[in-house]
Amino acid sequence: MIPLTKNDLINAVAAHGLSKRQSASVVESVFDIISRCFERGEDVKIVGFGHFRIRKKASRRGRNPQTGSSIEISARKVLTFKPSKGLKLRINQ
Amino acid sequence: MTKADLIDELAKVSNLTKKESETIVSTVFDNITDALAKGDKVELRGFGSFRIRQRNARKGRNPKTGTSVSVPEKRVPFFKVGKRLRELVNA
Repeated sequence: MIPLTKNDLINAVAAHGLSKRQSASVVESVFDIISRCFERGEDVKIVGFGHFRIRKKASRRGRNPQTGSSIEISARKVLTFKPSKGLKLRINQ
Repeated sequence: MTKADLIDELAKVSNLTKKESETIVSTVFDNITDALAKGDKVELRGFGSFRIRQRNARKGRNPKTGTSVSVPEKRVPFFKVGKRLRELVNA
């Protein structure tokens, strides 16, 4: 099974009449804009696709499973993806 | 940020019309969706990867009435955050 990559997205965009170079820059921009949103701590909602959310995790005590010693896991932000109804339906068709 | 904001921002940074930006943003997400619908994995370097996870059929309960219902097996999309993006979120 061959995964879909950015290159495939670039080709799909180029099919709309953009040059390969232009398409590459535009696809890169799409993910750059989204990434910068996450950097600011902002959520991103794409209708019909899903909702990317930044969740704040409090610090907690964890254990090193190898040694069993107790360690502090620092507070952090994690990115989660919640698929929209439309995407879930498409996947199960 | 919504899809509409993303389209506006893309039009601004790449000197495209809103219409062209909309076509591009839709093309990107439609292609990701199509790949997942086929069961393919989607790998976006520096961003993350999307793939399908299989959920087995199970017995569930209607929480309101308590009656037992069978939940059929299904496929769910799953997103794994890429290393660079994970670091960016915590920067």
